[in-house]
Amino acid sequence: MTEVLSFTDPRVLRAIQLVWQEAAVLDAKDYRTWETMYTDEALYVIPIDPDTDDFESSLNMVYDDKRMRELRVQRMMQGYAPSAVAAARTVRIVSRFTVDEVSDTAVTIKSAQILNAFKRDKFSTIGAEMTHKVVLDDDGDKIALKVARLIDSEDAVSASGYLV
Amino acid sequence: MTTIERPTRAFADLAQHDRVAGSLYTDPEIFAEEMSKIFHRSWVWVAHESEVPEAGSFKTTQVGDQPVIVTRDRKGNFNTLLNRCRHRGATVCDQRSGKANGFTCPYHNWSYTLDGRLRGIPYPDGYEGVVEKNDFPLQKLRTESYLGMIFATFNLDAEPLEDFLGDAKIWMERFLKQSNGFPTKVLGSHKFRFKGNWKIQLENTTDGYHFPMVHKSWMASVDAETASMMSFMDDPEAETHALGNGHSVAIMAAAHADLDIDDGSEEIQPRFQHLVDELTEAGESPERIRRYMRSMHGCGFNLNMFPNIAMSSSFFRVLIPISVDETEVWHMAIGMDGGPESINRERLRIHEHFQGPFGFGSPDDAEGWDRVQIGAGGNPNMPILVNRGEKREYLTDEGWPTSHVTDETGMRASYEMWKKMMTDD
Repeated sequence: MTEVLSFTDPRVLRAIQLVWQEAAVLDAKDYRTWETMYTDEALYVIPIDPDTDDFESSLNMVYDDKRMRELRVQRMMQGYAPSAVAAARTVRIVSRFTVDEVSDTAVTIKSAQILNAFKRDKFSTIGAEMTHKVVLDDDGDKIALKVARLIDSEDAVSASGYLV
Repeated sequence: MTTIERPTRAFADLAQHDRVAGSLYTDPEIFAEEMSKIFHRSWVWVAHESEVPEAGSFKTTQVGDQPVIVTRDRKGNFNTLLNRCRHRGATVCDQRSGKANGFTCPYHNWSYTLDGRLRGIPYPDGYEGVVEKNDFPLQKLRTESYLGMIFATFNLDAEPLEDFLGDAKIWMERFLKQSNGFPTKVLGSHKFRFKGNWKIQLENTTDGYHFPMVHKSWMASVDAETASMMSFMDDPEAETHALGNGHSVAIMAAAHADLDIDDGSEEIQPRFQHLVDELTEAGESPERIRRYMRSMHGCGFNLNMFPNIAMSSSFFRVLIPISVDETEVWHMAIGMDGGPESINRERLRIHEHFQGPFGFGSPDDAEGWDRVQIGAGGNPNMPILVNRGEKREYLTDEGWPTSHVTDETGMRASYEMWKKMMTDD
């Protein structure tokens, strides 16, 4: 069982700050900024299998290295993709933080995310268990791994036009 | 036009050769008729053999609006069982897939075997002289498979599956050549829903016309060779054949339509060089490696089988009608069971790039389909056009009505089958 967050550890607070910043950036669809929040080696994954950590050998909804993140950002912003052009507006809350690992160079932190999306008179909700590995660096903290486990990942997911 | 009159309900009038009524997408009564006249009568795809690999394996799905369990029993036979207890109607299985010895209803624990026989009733004394177990099995659908594709039907008088598939069988065999001699295996499924009628998706699989417009962002994100492979708009060899019984095949990349045929002119895509190097080091022959690389994107065509399954380039596309204006779609990634894992992994990455709720292709398709459903609700007397290429359609030697892949020959074939089934009382 992971330890419940200690609010006194400044390293953990830096990680939470970055996770919250990412949430705000994604709601604002500021994908250029979002891209810069990741390390070059980072992976961004939305798995289907709720139990696996072997993402490379599994079918995922998202399995993005740096190259795929760049292509994804281009797609979201270039104006060719009908689903991105007509994307839902979103607001997301990230909370219920617990700390998996903490050192002077990296923090692995879990959280819960509730995302509410609105498009064409319809609200939809996505719930996700999040894991972020944040690399602490005096030049700016960055995300080295993000895994978003949607609680409905094995069933029909409808989330076009935005990122979780 | 000053008024909008309620359109006809005569099915023969609703689907004409070159146009269909918008109400085919929007009328709940037509949807209910489709469930009984098409999905409860036709062969409907339910599973691939690799999803139920051994005795006790099962998966749950739907045949139209009906919940079913597909099982492999102790004798190795496939069974499709209505997921409904004979006592008070509860579902007897609530898992997506798994392994079991049988199924027990959660309500009063009536239990059933893998082939649907009623095995046990708790406290049976109350049923003495009332219920004979042999008389109350789970309802069993007829189940047959061809090349690993398992279909089921409620219609005990249906023609044999292979007759129903007809000339689609030729293309099923060609499709499976992408497994390069290994058994085909389902590697995973993307599932999503769109707010639109099931036939909008049925049409889309045979709609080459939309590709460069809707999927412009995907085309912009892939390497030049892949983009070139999918640039079929002006390619005269890119054709759609209507195969009978509503089935059709849309050939986008003719050079890959039969992977056994290789004139040697095709360059292996540079993006796969790391795999070539790895397989070479592992001792695979150059010929074998070339074959693997040519099959990386699948078979070069979409085989659309009426009413609910497509063998689409490199994956299975399943559609499940939820209601008149909602449809669930599964895109099932496939690979080689026992083949090189590096290739299976690369195929997963290619699948993820286009498919699924966060892919670079599927969300844009779904956006178009949602918009069709909304727009088609406007003036129901205004038809949906399926006439593209009507005047350049010809018959091949096989007797297949054929036109360019951007034409609507496949849609016309599906609606012809729709009309036949809907007017068959």
